[in-house]
Amino acid sequence: MNSSELKIYTHNLELFYGDAQALKNININIDEKKVTALIGPSGCGKSTFLKTLNRMNDLIPNVKITGDVYFDGLNVYKEYDIVELRKKVGMVFQKPNPFPMSVYDNVAYGPRIHGIKSKSKLDEIVEKSLVNSALWDEVKDRLKKNALGLSGGQQQRLCIARVLAVEPEVVLMDEPTSALDPISTLKIEDLMDQLKEKYTIVIVTHNMQQAGRISDKTAFFLHGEIVEYDFTEKIFSNPTDKRTEDYITGRFG
Amino acid sequence: MAAESSVSIELKGKEKKGSVSHFMKKNKKNMGSILEKIIENIFFLCACMAILSVVTITVYIFAKGSPAIFKIGIAEFVFGMVWMPTSGVFGIFPMIVASILATLGAVVIGIVVGLFTAIFLAEIAPGWLVRIFRPAIELLAGIPSVVYGFFGLIVIVPLISEYLGGAGNSLLAGIIILAIMILPTIISISETSMRAVPPSYKEGSLALGATHIQTIFKVIVPAAKSGILAGIVLGTGRAIGETMAIILITGNTPLIPTALTDRIRTLTANIALEMGYAHGLHQEALFATGVILFIFIMILNIVLNAIVYKKVNQ
Repeated sequence: MNSSELKIYTHNLELFYGDAQALKNININIDEKKVTALIGPSGCGKSTFLKTLNRMNDLIPNVKITGDVYFDGLNVYKEYDIVELRKKVGMVFQKPNPFPMSVYDNVAYGPRIHGIKSKSKLDEIVEKSLVNSALWDEVKDRLKKNALGLSGGQQQRLCIARVLAVEPEVVLMDEPTSALDPISTLKIEDLMDQLKEKYTIVIVTHNMQQAGRISDKTAFFLHGEIVEYDFTEKIFSNPTDKRTEDYITGRFG
Repeated sequence: MAAESSVSIELKGKEKKGSVSHFMKKNKKNMGSILEKIIENIFFLCACMAILSVVTITVYIFAKGSPAIFKIGIAEFVFGMVWMPTSGVFGIFPMIVASILATLGAVVIGIVVGLFTAIFLAEIAPGWLVRIFRPAIELLAGIPSVVYGFFGLIVIVPLISEYLGGAGNSLLAGIIILAIMILPTIISISETSMRAVPPSYKEGSLALGATHIQTIFKVIVPAAKSGILAGIVLGTGRAIGETMAIILITGNTPLIPTALTDRIRTLTANIALEMGYAHGLHQEALFATGVILFIFIMILNIVLNAIVYKKVNQ
């Protein structure tokens, strides 16, 4: 179908919060170095699905997961050490969540916990990550200042830099621009376009235009199921399922 | 009165109703604002009582205590090695050392045990265990100090005597009891401040591949730092001011300790032990001991305020 390599795929993935089923029979192939958008109404399971990919659901008590998630051909829940997995599958959250420490320390946090101590090496990683997250020019003179003093958009790009510093292969983004103003949003979208040259990006978004602008493929979630998954152009111009059409034309959701 | 006027309004019809009810509203608002003012002033008076007490205590202690310090001589008083009121020799240096050592020892143990307990309660323990531990720790905070002293006397002092020799009433006994006494303060304030750390910090750290323990020590504890420090300073204040338990278990000998099993007398114990029968310069010297203690407490409070101030400015 296309030349892309398969990065992540799931097989009959199901997830329960206690007795409530949040994901039903999810089978999806995510291509390497592409942007995959997950859309759907609130509570449809798209964020939950995103969190199965780096096992952030492990934090929530009473979660039961059946089926399999494969990352680079290995089973995420059976064959990966969780630390190793999260190094390779980074995550950017809905609300920017920089740590209450300096800009530099935020970016250096990941490399440091993974054992890098050399100051020159850390300097290099910090600069590279901030350049790649299009933040370097804005913060290069205030690396030692507290990150909480940055604007919301800058904080979110700092969080992206923090993820890039660990050199992941996949970046998961959970509505990364929903708390940001339009200009910051645009900057992050531009950034994603650059990032997909090196990284596989999976993004959850409520913003239909955003999904249309940035993604190569789009999956439409509804009530814990994937209704339709196809190339973004196809989903937005000629959806197969009536429910997808209703949703993207704003008839519900 | 209100009922009466509303009746008359109904009788007089719609036209006047508007203006009268408007007037009533305004009147009611005035009444309300007067009541507000009265209540605000009651609050103000209550606040004054606390301030007044602090000012009175400060002035009184310094007024009563300072003359003795100058009569004895600052250096002789603060650095004097001998306390013999009957011979008119008033040196409190051994007691200053004892107070500092006992407090320091207690705070070191208290920080380690208290911080780890707080981490356990805030981050690691399952809910049901927290529901058992927390009330137990709160109970610890409510036990009167004389009971701590009694416990020290019948349990800790004999244990020290048996395993380390000596009579048992010692610096070590004081450190242990003080450490237990300041634990609830350190634990509850540290736990509260760690629970106040936004969960998003924790998620962010874990998502980067950090382990739970790494996340605790590199993100959660630093983020809760000012609260934890405040807890430690408050605990220190409690330890340095503690009197009753200390009198019962430390032997009260005013000499500089050379070993953990030596007897000590703290500044607080000195005042409490002798105030009952002291008079003249001896009594003034006890007030002067209070001045020194007061200065210690003030320094601690300044440190605490600096910490809180720093937090606000972050």
